[in-house]
Amino acid sequence: MKPLAAQPSRRLSDAEIVARAHRSDRNFAILGLSVLVISMIVLLSLIVDFMVDGLGRIDLDFLTSFPSRRASEAGILSAWVGTTLVMLVTTALAVPLGVAAGLYLEEYAPRNWITHLIEINVTNLAGVPSIIYGLLALGLFVQSFAMGQTILVAGITLALLILPIIIVATREAVRSIPLEIREGAYALGADKWQTVSGYILPTARPGILTGAIVGMSRAIGETAPIITIGALTFIAFLPPSPVQDTFPFINFNWLNSPFTVMPIQMFNWVSRPQAAFHVNAAATGLILLLMTLLMNAIAIWLRYKIRRSMR
Amino acid sequence: MRVVLFLSAALSVLVTAGIVYVLLSESLKFFAQVSIISFLTDTQWTPVFQDKHFGIMTLVSGTLVSSLIALLVAIPAGTVLAIYLSEFARPQVRETIKPFLELIAGVPTVAFGYFALLFLTPIFQIFIPGLAGFNLLVPGIVMGIMILPYIVSVSEDAMRAVPAELREGAYALGFTRLQTATRVVIPGAFSGVTAAYILGMSRAVGETMVVAIAAGQQAKLALNPLEGAATITSYIVQISLGDVPHGSIAYLTIFAAGMTLFLMTFAFNILAFWLRQKYREFY
Repeated sequence: MKPLAAQPSRRLSDAEIVARAHRSDRNFAILGLSVLVISMIVLLSLIVDFMVDGLGRIDLDFLTSFPSRRASEAGILSAWVGTTLVMLVTTALAVPLGVAAGLYLEEYAPRNWITHLIEINVTNLAGVPSIIYGLLALGLFVQSFAMGQTILVAGITLALLILPIIIVATREAVRSIPLEIREGAYALGADKWQTVSGYILPTARPGILTGAIVGMSRAIGETAPIITIGALTFIAFLPPSPVQDTFPFINFNWLNSPFTVMPIQMFNWVSRPQAAFHVNAAATGLILLLMTLLMNAIAIWLRYKIRRSMR
Repeated sequence: MRVVLFLSAALSVLVTAGIVYVLLSESLKFFAQVSIISFLTDTQWTPVFQDKHFGIMTLVSGTLVSSLIALLVAIPAGTVLAIYLSEFARPQVRETIKPFLELIAGVPTVAFGYFALLFLTPIFQIFIPGLAGFNLLVPGIVMGIMILPYIVSVSEDAMRAVPAELREGAYALGFTRLQTATRVVIPGAFSGVTAAYILGMSRAVGETMVVAIAAGQQAKLALNPLEGAATITSYIVQISLGDVPHGSIAYLTIFAAGMTLFLMTFAFNILAFWLRQKYREFY
Protein backbone atom coordinates (compact mmCIF):
# COMPACT_ATOMS: atom_id res chain seq x y z
CA MET A 1 0.00 0.00 0.00
CA LYS A 2 1.15 3.51 -0.79
CA PRO A 3 2.13 5.87 2.04
CA LEU A 4 -0.77 8.00 3.19
CA ALA A 5 0.28 11.28 1.59
CA ALA A 6 1.66 11.81 -1.88
CA GLN A 7 5.36 12.62 -1.75
CA PRO A 8 5.77 16.38 -1.69
CA SER A 9 9.17 18.02 -2.20
CA ARG A 10 9.14 19.24 1.40
CA ARG A 11 8.76 16.77 4.27
CA LEU A 12 5.47 17.25 6.06
CA SER A 13 5.08 16.80 9.75
CA ASP A 14 2.66 14.12 10.92
CA ALA A 15 0.22 16.76 12.12
CA GLU A 16 0.21 18.38 8.68
CA ILE A 17 -0.44 15.05 6.99
CA VAL A 18 -3.39 14.36 9.27
CA ALA A 19 -4.76 17.88 8.82
CA ARG A 20 -4.50 17.55 5.06
CA ALA A 21 -6.28 14.21 5.08
CA HIS A 22 -9.07 15.65 7.17
CA ARG A 23 -9.34 18.65 4.88
CA SER A 24 -9.77 16.48 1.78
CA ASP A 25 -12.24 14.33 3.69
CA ARG A 26 -14.36 17.39 4.46
CA ASN A 27 -13.98 18.71 0.94
CA PHE A 28 -15.23 15.42 -0.46
CA ALA A 29 -18.29 15.54 1.77
CA ILE A 30 -19.01 19.01 0.38
CA LEU A 31 -18.42 17.74 -3.19
CA GLY A 32 -20.81 14.85 -2.63
CA LEU A 33 -23.46 17.16 -1.28
CA SER A 34 -23.03 19.57 -4.20
CA VAL A 35 -23.44 16.81 -6.79
CA LEU A 36 -26.59 15.81 -4.97
CA VAL A 37 -27.92 19.36 -4.92
CA ILE A 38 -27.11 19.84 -8.62
CA SER A 39 -29.01 16.69 -9.60
CA MET A 40 -31.98 17.85 -7.52
CA ILE A 41 -31.82 21.24 -9.24
CA VAL A 42 -31.91 19.53 -12.65
CA LEU A 43 -35.00 17.52 -11.67
CA LEU A 44 -36.64 20.62 -10.25
CA SER A 45 -35.86 22.77 -13.29
CA LEU A 46 -37.33 20.05 -15.52
CA ILE A 47 -40.58 20.11 -13.55
CA VAL A 48 -40.63 23.92 -13.43
CA ASP A 49 -39.89 24.12 -17.17
CA PHE A 50 -42.89 21.93 -17.91
CA MET A 51 -45.09 23.97 -15.57
CA VAL A 52 -44.05 27.30 -17.09
CA ASP A 53 -44.51 26.04 -20.66
CA GLY A 54 -47.53 23.85 -20.24
CA LEU A 55 -49.62 24.60 -17.17
CA GLY A 56 -51.52 27.47 -18.79
CA ARG A 57 -52.59 25.22 -21.66
CA ILE A 58 -54.28 22.58 -19.52
CA ASP A 59 -58.03 23.06 -19.26
CA LEU A 60 -61.15 21.00 -19.77
CA ASP A 61 -61.11 21.65 -23.55
CA PHE A 62 -57.57 20.30 -23.80
CA LEU A 63 -58.65 17.07 -22.11
CA THR A 64 -61.83 16.66 -24.16
CA SER A 65 -60.64 17.60 -27.68
CA PHE A 66 -59.12 15.49 -30.39
CA PRO A 67 -55.76 16.39 -31.96
CA SER A 68 -56.12 19.08 -34.61
CA ARG A 69 -54.11 20.81 -37.32
CA ARG A 70 -54.68 24.03 -35.40
CA ALA A 71 -52.53 23.96 -32.26
CA SER A 72 -54.91 26.03 -30.18
CA GLU A 73 -57.84 23.67 -30.82
CA ALA A 74 -55.92 20.44 -30.32
CA GLY A 75 -56.39 18.24 -27.29
CA ILE A 76 -55.40 14.89 -25.85
CA LEU A 77 -58.74 13.09 -25.57
CA SER A 78 -57.77 10.18 -27.83
CA ALA A 79 -54.31 10.08 -26.20
CA TRP A 80 -55.39 9.71 -22.60
CA VAL A 81 -58.16 7.27 -23.50
CA GLY A 82 -55.58 5.26 -25.46
CA THR A 83 -53.10 5.34 -22.59
CA THR A 84 -55.77 4.13 -20.17
CA LEU A 85 -56.84 1.23 -22.39
CA VAL A 86 -53.27 0.15 -23.25
CA MET A 87 -52.34 0.22 -19.57
CA LEU A 88 -55.39 -1.92 -18.79
CA VAL A 89 -54.12 -4.62 -21.16
CA THR A 90 -50.52 -4.26 -19.95
CA THR A 91 -51.43 -4.56 -16.27
CA ALA A 92 -53.83 -7.44 -16.81
CA LEU A 93 -51.06 -9.40 -18.55
CA ALA A 94 -47.86 -8.36 -16.81
CA VAL A 95 -48.95 -8.56 -13.16
CA PRO A 96 -50.31 -12.14 -13.10
CA LEU A 97 -47.53 -13.46 -15.35
CA GLY A 98 -44.78 -11.62 -13.46
CA VAL A 99 -46.04 -12.68 -10.05
CA ALA A 100 -46.44 -16.29 -11.18
CA ALA A 101 -42.92 -16.35 -12.62
CA GLY A 102 -41.48 -14.72 -9.49
CA LEU A 103 -43.26 -17.22 -7.22
CA TYR A 104 -42.02 -20.12 -9.30
CA LEU A 105 -38.40 -18.99 -9.24
CA GLU A 106 -38.45 -18.27 -5.51
CA GLU A 107 -40.63 -21.07 -4.11
CA TYR A 108 -40.74 -23.95 -6.57
CA ALA A 109 -37.74 -23.91 -8.88
CA PRO A 110 -35.25 -26.74 -8.37
CA ARG A 111 -31.57 -25.75 -8.51
CA ASN A 112 -30.82 -26.92 -12.02
CA TRP A 113 -29.69 -25.53 -15.35
CA ILE A 114 -33.21 -24.66 -16.50
CA THR A 115 -33.75 -22.43 -13.47
CA HIS A 116 -30.33 -20.89 -13.96
CA LEU A 117 -31.13 -20.22 -17.62
CA ILE A 118 -34.43 -18.53 -16.70
CA GLU A 119 -32.72 -16.37 -14.06
CA ILE A 120 -29.95 -15.20 -16.39
CA ASN A 121 -32.57 -14.62 -19.05
CA VAL A 122 -34.71 -12.37 -16.81
CA THR A 123 -31.64 -10.34 -15.85
CA ASN A 124 -30.73 -9.97 -19.50
CA LEU A 125 -34.27 -9.03 -20.58
CA ALA A 126 -34.27 -6.22 -18.03
CA GLY A 127 -31.33 -4.73 -19.93
CA VAL A 128 -32.72 -5.05 -23.45
CA PRO A 129 -33.44 -1.55 -24.86
CA SER A 130 -37.16 -0.82 -25.11
CA ILE A 131 -36.97 -0.15 -28.84
CA ILE A 132 -35.91 -3.78 -29.38
CA TYR A 133 -39.24 -4.84 -27.84
CA GLY A 134 -40.82 -2.61 -30.46
CA LEU A 135 -38.99 -4.46 -33.24
CA LEU A 136 -40.09 -7.79 -31.73
CA ALA A 137 -43.70 -6.61 -31.77
CA LEU A 138 -43.40 -5.25 -35.32
CA GLY A 139 -41.83 -8.42 -36.72
CA LEU A 140 -43.88 -10.93 -34.75
CA PHE A 141 -47.29 -9.49 -33.81
CA VAL A 142 -47.85 -6.88 -36.53
CA GLN A 143 -46.31 -8.75 -39.48
CA SER A 144 -46.14 -12.51 -38.79
CA PHE A 145 -49.40 -12.77 -36.80
CA ALA A 146 -51.04 -9.91 -38.77
CA MET A 147 -52.60 -8.48 -35.62
CA GLY A 148 -52.29 -4.89 -36.84
CA GLN A 149 -51.29 -1.79 -34.94
CA THR A 150 -53.83 -2.15 -32.18
CA ILE A 151 -54.32 -1.50 -28.50
CA LEU A 152 -53.88 -5.23 -27.88
CA VAL A 153 -50.47 -5.34 -29.57
CA ALA A 154 -49.27 -2.23 -27.72
CA GLY A 155 -50.52 -3.66 -24.43
CA ILE A 156 -48.75 -6.99 -24.98
CA THR A 157 -45.53 -5.25 -26.01
CA LEU A 158 -45.43 -3.06 -22.91
CA ALA A 159 -46.38 -6.04 -20.73
CA LEU A 160 -43.35 -7.99 -22.01
CA LEU A 161 -41.24 -4.90 -21.39
CA ILE A 162 -42.18 -4.54 -17.71
CA LEU A 163 -42.33 -8.27 -16.98
CA PRO A 164 -38.74 -8.39 -15.61
CA ILE A 165 -39.49 -5.47 -13.24
CA ILE A 166 -42.46 -7.32 -11.73
CA ILE A 167 -40.63 -10.66 -11.57
CA VAL A 168 -37.70 -9.10 -9.71
CA ALA A 169 -40.01 -7.20 -7.30
CA THR A 170 -42.00 -10.36 -6.57
CA ARG A 171 -38.85 -12.36 -5.89
CA GLU A 172 -37.49 -9.74 -3.52
CA ALA A 173 -40.79 -9.49 -1.65
CA VAL A 174 -41.07 -13.29 -1.34
CA ARG A 175 -37.44 -13.69 -0.33
CA SER A 176 -37.79 -11.25 2.55
CA ILE A 177 -40.55 -13.33 4.19
CA PRO A 178 -39.14 -15.15 7.22
CA LEU A 179 -38.87 -18.93 7.00
CA GLU A 180 -40.98 -19.27 10.19
CA ILE A 181 -44.11 -18.26 8.30
CA ARG A 182 -43.66 -21.14 5.87
CA GLU A 183 -42.79 -23.57 8.64
CA GLY A 184 -45.81 -22.46 10.63
CA ALA A 185 -48.05 -23.14 7.65
CA TYR A 186 -46.50 -26.56 7.04
CA ALA A 187 -46.85 -27.41 10.74
CA LEU A 188 -50.57 -26.72 10.44
CA GLY A 189 -50.71 -29.24 7.61
CA ALA A 190 -50.88 -26.85 4.65
CA ASP A 191 -49.44 -28.11 1.39
CA LYS A 192 -47.11 -26.10 -0.84
CA TRP A 193 -49.79 -24.25 -2.80
CA GLN A 194 -51.89 -23.56 0.30
CA THR A 195 -48.81 -22.07 1.94
CA VAL A 196 -48.00 -19.96 -1.10
CA SER A 197 -51.54 -18.71 -1.72
CA GLY A 198 -52.59 -18.39 1.92
CA TYR A 199 -49.44 -17.01 3.54
CA ILE A 200 -46.66 -16.08 1.12
CA LEU A 201 -48.75 -14.08 -1.37
CA PRO A 202 -50.66 -11.97 1.18
CA THR A 203 -47.44 -11.16 3.05
CA ALA A 204 -45.64 -10.27 -0.16
CA ARG A 205 -48.52 -8.20 -1.51
CA PRO A 206 -47.19 -4.70 -0.64
CA GLY A 207 -43.81 -5.51 -2.21
CA ILE A 208 -45.47 -6.88 -5.34
CA LEU A 209 -47.72 -3.82 -5.51
CA THR A 210 -44.64 -1.60 -5.36
CA GLY A 211 -43.10 -3.45 -8.29
CA ALA A 212 -46.35 -3.31 -10.25
CA ILE A 213 -46.64 0.47 -9.77
CA VAL A 214 -43.02 1.06 -10.80
CA GLY A 215 -43.56 -1.14 -13.86
CA MET A 216 -46.76 0.66 -14.82
CA SER A 217 -45.19 4.09 -14.46
CA ARG A 218 -42.42 2.89 -16.77
CA ALA A 219 -44.97 1.61 -19.30
CA ILE A 220 -47.04 4.82 -19.24
CA GLY A 221 -44.03 6.89 -20.28
CA GLU A 222 -42.67 4.46 -22.89
CA THR A 223 -42.65 5.88 -26.39
CA ALA A 224 -40.08 4.07 -28.50
CA PRO A 225 -41.64 0.57 -28.73
CA ILE A 226 -45.04 2.02 -29.63
CA ILE A 227 -43.58 4.19 -32.39
CA THR A 228 -41.81 1.13 -33.75
CA ILE A 229 -44.96 -0.93 -34.14
CA GLY A 230 -46.16 1.93 -36.34
CA ALA A 231 -48.89 3.43 -34.18
CA LEU A 232 -50.48 6.35 -36.00
CA THR A 233 -50.03 9.74 -34.47
CA PHE A 234 -53.13 11.44 -35.81
CA ILE A 235 -56.11 9.70 -34.24
CA ALA A 236 -59.24 11.84 -34.13
CA PHE A 237 -61.64 9.19 -32.89
CA LEU A 238 -62.08 6.99 -29.85
CA PRO A 239 -61.89 3.19 -29.75
CA PRO A 240 -65.31 1.49 -29.46
CA SER A 241 -66.67 1.68 -25.95
CA PRO A 242 -66.05 -1.40 -23.81
CA VAL A 243 -69.52 -1.02 -22.30
CA GLN A 244 -72.76 -1.53 -24.28
CA ASP A 245 -76.45 -1.44 -23.39
CA THR A 246 -77.25 -4.92 -24.72
CA PHE A 247 -76.27 -8.28 -23.27
CA PRO A 248 -73.47 -9.13 -22.22
CA PHE A 249 -72.95 -5.40 -21.61
CA ILE A 250 -69.19 -5.46 -22.17
CA ASN A 251 -67.25 -6.12 -25.35
CA PHE A 252 -63.63 -6.37 -26.37
CA ASN A 253 -63.81 -4.72 -29.80
CA TRP A 254 -61.64 -1.89 -28.46
CA LEU A 255 -58.70 -4.28 -28.27
CA ASN A 256 -58.45 -4.29 -32.06
CA SER A 257 -58.82 -0.55 -32.49
CA PRO A 258 -56.06 1.78 -33.72
CA PHE A 259 -54.99 4.19 -31.01
CA THR A 260 -52.58 6.83 -29.83
CA VAL A 261 -51.08 7.32 -26.38
CA MET A 262 -49.91 10.38 -24.48
CA PRO A 263 -46.13 10.01 -25.00
CA ILE A 264 -46.69 9.49 -28.74
CA GLN A 265 -48.92 12.55 -28.95
CA MET A 266 -46.29 14.54 -27.08
CA PHE A 267 -43.48 13.33 -29.34
CA ASN A 268 -45.57 14.22 -32.37
CA TRP A 269 -46.08 17.77 -31.12
CA VAL A 270 -42.50 18.36 -29.97
CA SER A 271 -41.21 17.24 -33.39
CA ARG A 272 -43.12 20.04 -35.14
CA PRO A 273 -41.35 23.34 -35.82
CA GLN A 274 -44.22 25.62 -34.67
CA ALA A 275 -43.89 26.88 -31.10
CA ALA A 276 -47.67 26.65 -30.55
CA PHE A 277 -47.44 22.85 -30.80
CA HIS A 278 -44.54 22.86 -28.34
CA VAL A 279 -46.94 24.36 -25.79
CA ASN A 280 -49.29 21.41 -26.37
CA ALA A 281 -46.33 19.06 -25.97
CA ALA A 282 -45.40 20.71 -22.69
CA ALA A 283 -48.97 20.44 -21.40
CA THR A 284 -49.11 16.74 -22.32
CA GLY A 285 -45.66 16.23 -20.83
CA LEU A 286 -46.68 17.93 -17.60
CA ILE A 287 -49.66 15.61 -17.16
CA LEU A 288 -47.48 12.61 -17.98
CA LEU A 289 -44.77 13.81 -15.62
CA LEU A 290 -47.18 14.36 -12.73
CA MET A 291 -48.70 10.91 -13.28
CA THR A 292 -45.34 9.10 -13.28
CA LEU A 293 -43.97 11.15 -10.37
CA LEU A 294 -47.11 10.42 -8.37
CA MET A 295 -46.90 6.69 -9.11
CA ASN A 296 -43.24 6.60 -8.14
CA ALA A 297 -43.96 8.55 -4.96
CA ILE A 298 -46.63 6.00 -4.01
CA ALA A 299 -44.19 3.17 -4.70
CA ILE A 300 -41.49 4.82 -2.57
CA TRP A 301 -43.96 5.41 0.25
CA LEU A 302 -45.12 1.79 0.11
CA ARG A 303 -41.55 0.56 0.26
CA TYR A 304 -40.88 2.80 3.24
CA LYS A 305 -43.93 1.41 5.03
CA ILE A 306 -42.89 -2.18 4.31
CA ARG A 307 -39.44 -1.55 5.70
CA ARG A 308 -40.87 -0.07 8.86
CA SER A 309 -43.28 -2.94 9.44
CA MET A 310 -40.46 -5.46 8.92
CA ARG A 311 -38.45 -3.91 11.74
CA MET B 1 -50.35 -25.10 -10.18
CA ARG B 2 -46.65 -25.73 -10.33
CA VAL B 3 -46.87 -26.22 -14.09
CA VAL B 4 -48.75 -22.93 -14.59
CA LEU B 5 -46.13 -21.08 -12.56
CA PHE B 6 -43.32 -22.76 -14.49
CA LEU B 7 -44.88 -21.80 -17.83
CA SER B 8 -45.07 -18.16 -16.71
CA ALA B 9 -41.38 -18.22 -15.81
CA ALA B 10 -40.48 -19.99 -19.06
CA LEU B 11 -42.34 -17.30 -21.03
CA SER B 12 -39.42 -14.95 -20.42
CA VAL B 13 -37.17 -17.36 -22.29
CA LEU B 14 -39.68 -17.36 -25.16
CA VAL B 15 -39.50 -13.56 -25.28
CA THR B 16 -35.74 -13.69 -25.72
CA ALA B 17 -36.12 -16.40 -28.33
CA GLY B 18 -38.70 -14.26 -30.11
CA ILE B 19 -36.39 -11.24 -30.12
CA VAL B 20 -33.49 -13.25 -31.48
CA TYR B 21 -35.70 -14.94 -34.08
CA VAL B 22 -37.22 -11.70 -35.40
CA LEU B 23 -33.93 -9.81 -35.50
CA LEU B 24 -32.06 -12.71 -37.05
CA SER B 25 -34.60 -13.67 -39.72
CA GLU B 26 -35.13 -10.08 -40.94
CA SER B 27 -31.40 -9.31 -40.75
CA LEU B 28 -30.64 -12.39 -42.86
CA LYS B 29 -33.01 -11.08 -45.54
CA PHE B 30 -31.13 -7.78 -45.34
CA PHE B 31 -27.72 -9.41 -45.66
CA ALA B 32 -28.93 -11.36 -48.68
CA GLN B 33 -29.04 -7.99 -50.44
CA VAL B 34 -26.20 -6.09 -48.79
CA SER B 35 -22.82 -7.62 -48.11
CA ILE B 36 -21.80 -7.69 -44.47
CA ILE B 37 -18.42 -6.18 -45.38
CA SER B 38 -19.91 -3.04 -46.88
CA PHE B 39 -22.32 -2.92 -43.90
CA LEU B 40 -19.36 -2.75 -41.55
CA THR B 41 -16.98 -0.62 -43.60
CA ASP B 42 -19.04 1.83 -45.67
CA THR B 43 -18.95 5.35 -44.22
CA GLN B 44 -22.35 6.48 -45.51
CA TRP B 45 -25.87 5.51 -44.48
CA THR B 46 -28.43 6.43 -47.12
CA PRO B 47 -30.99 3.57 -47.36
CA VAL B 48 -33.85 5.77 -48.59
CA PHE B 49 -31.85 7.72 -51.19
CA GLN B 50 -31.40 6.86 -54.86
CA ASP B 51 -27.72 6.12 -54.26
CA LYS B 52 -27.99 3.61 -51.42
CA HIS B 53 -25.24 3.08 -48.87
CA PHE B 54 -25.47 0.92 -45.78
CA GLY B 55 -22.54 1.79 -43.54
CA ILE B 56 -23.74 1.02 -40.01
CA MET B 57 -20.63 2.65 -38.54
CA THR B 58 -22.27 5.99 -39.34
CA LEU B 59 -25.10 5.26 -36.90
CA VAL B 60 -22.80 3.50 -34.45
CA SER B 61 -20.63 6.63 -34.29
CA GLY B 62 -23.62 8.79 -33.32
CA THR B 63 -24.63 6.25 -30.69
CA LEU B 64 -21.13 5.98 -29.24
CA VAL B 65 -20.44 9.74 -29.16
CA SER B 66 -23.70 10.55 -27.35
CA SER B 67 -23.26 7.59 -24.97
CA LEU B 68 -19.67 8.52 -24.14
CA ILE B 69 -20.79 12.07 -23.32
CA ALA B 70 -23.43 10.54 -21.05
CA LEU B 71 -20.76 8.47 -19.31
CA LEU B 72 -18.50 11.51 -18.94
CA VAL B 73 -21.32 13.09 -16.94
CA ALA B 74 -22.63 10.04 -15.12
CA ILE B 75 -19.41 8.25 -14.09
CA PRO B 76 -17.77 11.08 -12.08
CA ALA B 77 -21.06 12.32 -10.64
CA GLY B 78 -22.35 8.81 -9.98
CA THR B 79 -19.15 7.61 -8.31
CA VAL B 80 -18.96 10.69 -6.06
CA LEU B 81 -22.63 10.29 -5.12
CA ALA B 82 -22.29 6.55 -4.48
CA ILE B 83 -19.25 7.09 -2.22
CA TYR B 84 -21.06 9.91 -0.46
CA LEU B 85 -24.19 7.83 0.15
CA SER B 86 -22.35 4.66 1.12
CA GLU B 87 -19.49 6.08 3.23
CA PHE B 88 -20.37 9.61 4.33
CA ALA B 89 -24.12 10.07 4.70
CA ARG B 90 -25.86 9.00 7.88
CA PRO B 91 -28.49 6.27 7.37
CA GLN B 92 -31.42 8.68 7.79
CA VAL B 93 -29.92 11.06 5.23
CA ARG B 94 -29.32 8.19 2.82
CA GLU B 95 -32.84 6.88 3.14
CA THR B 96 -34.27 10.36 2.53
CA ILE B 97 -32.08 11.06 -0.49
CA LYS B 98 -32.38 7.82 -2.41
CA PRO B 99 -36.10 8.22 -3.20
CA PHE B 100 -35.39 11.55 -4.87
CA LEU B 101 -32.81 9.91 -7.10
CA GLU B 102 -35.40 7.27 -7.96
CA LEU B 103 -37.75 10.04 -9.03
CA ILE B 104 -35.20 11.10 -11.68
CA ALA B 105 -35.24 7.53 -12.98
CA GLY B 106 -39.05 7.66 -13.14
CA VAL B 107 -39.28 10.65 -15.48
CA PRO B 108 -40.51 9.53 -18.95
CA THR B 109 -37.71 9.68 -21.50
CA VAL B 110 -39.85 11.69 -23.91
CA ALA B 111 -40.01 14.42 -21.24
CA PHE B 112 -36.21 14.40 -21.00
CA GLY B 113 -36.14 14.79 -24.78
CA TYR B 114 -38.32 17.90 -24.63
CA PHE B 115 -36.13 19.24 -21.81
CA ALA B 116 -32.97 18.69 -23.85
CA LEU B 117 -34.29 20.27 -27.05
CA LEU B 118 -36.30 23.24 -25.79
CA PHE B 119 -34.75 24.09 -22.41
CA LEU B 120 -31.10 23.02 -22.19
CA THR B 121 -30.01 23.47 -25.83
CA PRO B 122 -30.97 27.20 -25.96
CA ILE B 123 -29.14 27.75 -22.64
CA PHE B 124 -26.03 25.90 -23.85
CA GLN B 125 -26.08 27.90 -27.11
CA ILE B 126 -25.45 31.07 -25.10
CA PHE B 127 -22.17 29.65 -23.82
CA ILE B 128 -21.14 27.54 -26.82
CA PRO B 129 -21.63 29.67 -29.96
CA GLY B 130 -21.04 26.84 -32.47
CA LEU B 131 -23.71 24.60 -30.97
CA ALA B 132 -26.35 23.55 -33.49
CA GLY B 133 -30.05 23.38 -32.60
CA PHE B 134 -29.87 19.61 -32.98
CA ASN B 135 -26.64 18.28 -31.48
CA LEU B 136 -25.17 15.28 -29.71
CA LEU B 137 -23.73 17.18 -26.74
CA VAL B 138 -26.94 18.15 -24.92
CA PRO B 139 -28.77 14.83 -25.43
CA GLY B 140 -25.57 13.14 -24.22
CA ILE B 141 -25.55 15.23 -21.05
CA VAL B 142 -29.26 14.61 -20.48
CA MET B 143 -28.78 10.86 -20.92
CA GLY B 144 -25.97 11.15 -18.36
CA ILE B 145 -28.47 12.61 -15.89
CA MET B 146 -30.94 9.86 -16.76
CA ILE B 147 -28.52 7.00 -16.09
CA LEU B 148 -27.08 8.68 -12.99
CA PRO B 149 -29.55 7.13 -10.49
CA TYR B 150 -28.90 3.72 -12.00
CA ILE B 151 -25.11 4.01 -11.75
CA VAL B 152 -25.42 5.32 -8.18
CA SER B 153 -27.68 2.49 -7.06
CA VAL B 154 -25.65 -0.34 -8.62
CA SER B 155 -22.27 0.98 -7.45
CA GLU B 156 -23.54 1.87 -3.98
CA ASP B 157 -24.88 -1.68 -3.78
CA ALA B 158 -21.39 -2.99 -4.57
CA MET B 159 -19.75 -0.65 -2.05
CA ARG B 160 -22.07 -1.66 0.75
CA ALA B 161 -21.37 -5.33 0.04
CA VAL B 162 -17.77 -4.71 1.20
CA PRO B 163 -17.65 -6.22 4.72
CA ALA B 164 -17.78 -3.76 7.62
CA GLU B 165 -14.67 -5.36 9.17
CA LEU B 166 -12.52 -4.03 6.34
CA ARG B 167 -13.78 -0.49 6.95
CA GLU B 168 -13.36 -0.82 10.69
CA GLY B 169 -9.79 -2.03 10.18
CA ALA B 170 -9.06 1.03 8.07
CA TYR B 171 -10.62 3.37 10.62
CA ALA B 172 -8.60 1.69 13.38
CA LEU B 173 -5.45 2.50 11.41
CA GLY B 174 -6.49 6.16 11.41
CA PHE B 175 -7.86 6.40 7.85
CA THR B 176 -10.33 9.18 7.14
CA ARG B 177 -13.64 8.33 5.46
CA LEU B 178 -12.30 9.40 2.06
CA GLN B 179 -9.13 7.35 2.48
CA THR B 180 -11.22 4.35 3.52
CA ALA B 181 -13.40 4.86 0.46
CA THR B 182 -10.59 5.20 -2.08
CA ARG B 183 -8.16 2.63 -0.63
CA VAL B 184 -10.41 -0.03 0.88
CA VAL B 185 -14.00 0.20 -0.32
CA ILE B 186 -13.48 1.01 -4.02
CA PRO B 187 -10.75 -1.62 -4.54
CA GLY B 188 -13.02 -4.09 -2.74
CA ALA B 189 -16.04 -3.14 -4.82
CA PHE B 190 -14.09 -2.66 -8.03
CA SER B 191 -15.82 -5.26 -10.18
CA GLY B 192 -19.26 -4.14 -9.00
CA VAL B 193 -18.53 -0.48 -9.68
CA THR B 194 -17.19 -1.37 -13.13
CA ALA B 195 -20.36 -3.35 -13.75
CA ALA B 196 -22.37 -0.23 -12.88
CA TYR B 197 -20.48 1.79 -15.49
CA ILE B 198 -20.98 -0.88 -18.14
CA LEU B 199 -24.70 -1.16 -17.37
CA GLY B 200 -24.91 2.63 -17.61
CA MET B 201 -23.24 2.48 -21.02
CA SER B 202 -25.69 -0.21 -22.11
CA ARG B 203 -28.63 1.98 -21.08
CA ALA B 204 -27.23 5.03 -22.87
CA VAL B 205 -26.64 3.05 -26.06
CA GLY B 206 -30.23 1.80 -26.07
CA GLU B 207 -31.83 5.11 -25.08
CA THR B 208 -34.11 6.31 -27.83
CA MET B 209 -36.39 9.28 -27.25
CA VAL B 210 -33.83 11.84 -26.06
CA VAL B 211 -31.68 11.43 -29.18
CA ALA B 212 -34.71 11.03 -31.46
CA ILE B 213 -36.02 14.42 -30.29
CA ALA B 214 -32.88 16.46 -29.69
CA ALA B 215 -30.03 14.99 -31.77
CA GLY B 216 -31.40 15.43 -35.29
CA GLN B 217 -31.95 12.78 -37.94
CA GLN B 218 -29.02 13.28 -40.25
CA ALA B 219 -27.01 10.07 -40.66
CA LYS B 220 -23.34 10.98 -40.87
CA LEU B 221 -20.09 10.09 -39.14
CA ALA B 222 -20.46 11.87 -35.83
CA LEU B 223 -17.08 13.43 -35.22
CA ASN B 224 -18.29 16.74 -33.81
CA PRO B 225 -20.62 16.55 -30.79
CA LEU B 226 -21.69 20.16 -31.39
CA GLU B 227 -23.54 19.01 -34.51
CA GLY B 228 -26.48 16.66 -34.74
CA ALA B 229 -26.27 13.09 -35.99
CA ALA B 230 -28.55 10.09 -36.14
CA THR B 231 -28.00 7.18 -33.75
CA ILE B 232 -29.06 3.56 -34.21
CA THR B 233 -32.16 4.15 -32.10
CA SER B 234 -33.17 7.49 -33.62
CA TYR B 235 -32.82 5.99 -37.09
CA ILE B 236 -35.23 3.18 -36.18
CA VAL B 237 -37.71 5.81 -34.92
CA GLN B 238 -37.30 7.89 -38.07
CA ILE B 239 -38.05 4.95 -40.36
CA SER B 240 -40.94 3.75 -38.18
CA LEU B 241 -42.61 7.17 -38.44
CA GLY B 242 -42.52 7.11 -42.22
CA ASP B 243 -44.69 4.86 -44.32
CA VAL B 244 -42.19 2.17 -45.25
CA PRO B 245 -43.62 -0.84 -47.08
CA HIS B 246 -43.19 -4.19 -45.37
CA GLY B 247 -40.30 -6.20 -46.85
CA SER B 248 -38.63 -3.24 -48.59
CA ILE B 249 -34.93 -2.70 -48.04
CA ALA B 250 -35.60 0.34 -45.81
CA TYR B 251 -37.89 -1.85 -43.67
CA LEU B 252 -35.16 -4.48 -43.38
CA THR B 253 -32.54 -1.91 -42.36
CA ILE B 254 -34.25 -1.20 -39.04
CA PHE B 255 -33.89 -4.87 -38.12
CA ALA B 256 -30.22 -4.93 -39.16
CA ALA B 257 -29.70 -1.76 -37.10
CA GLY B 258 -31.70 -3.31 -34.25
CA MET B 259 -29.57 -6.46 -34.41
CA THR B 260 -26.43 -4.32 -34.10
CA LEU B 261 -27.93 -2.52 -31.10
CA PHE B 262 -29.04 -5.78 -29.50
CA LEU B 263 -25.59 -7.32 -29.86
CA MET B 264 -23.93 -4.23 -28.36
CA THR B 265 -26.19 -4.08 -25.31
CA PHE B 266 -26.11 -7.87 -24.95
CA ALA B 267 -22.31 -7.83 -24.79
CA PHE B 268 -22.38 -5.04 -22.18
CA ASN B 269 -25.04 -6.80 -20.10
CA ILE B 270 -23.27 -10.15 -20.09
CA LEU B 271 -19.98 -8.51 -19.13
CA ALA B 272 -21.66 -6.62 -16.28
CA PHE B 273 -23.55 -9.72 -15.15
CA TRP B 274 -20.29 -11.65 -14.96
CA LEU B 275 -18.54 -8.85 -13.06
CA ARG B 276 -21.38 -8.62 -10.54
CA GLN B 277 -21.41 -12.39 -10.00
CA LYS B 278 -17.71 -12.16 -9.31
CA TYR B 279 -17.94 -9.68 -6.48
CA ARG B 280 -20.92 -11.47 -4.98
CA GLU B 281 -18.99 -14.71 -4.81
CA PHE B 282 -15.94 -12.98 -3.41
CA TYR B 283 -17.49 -12.00 -0.08
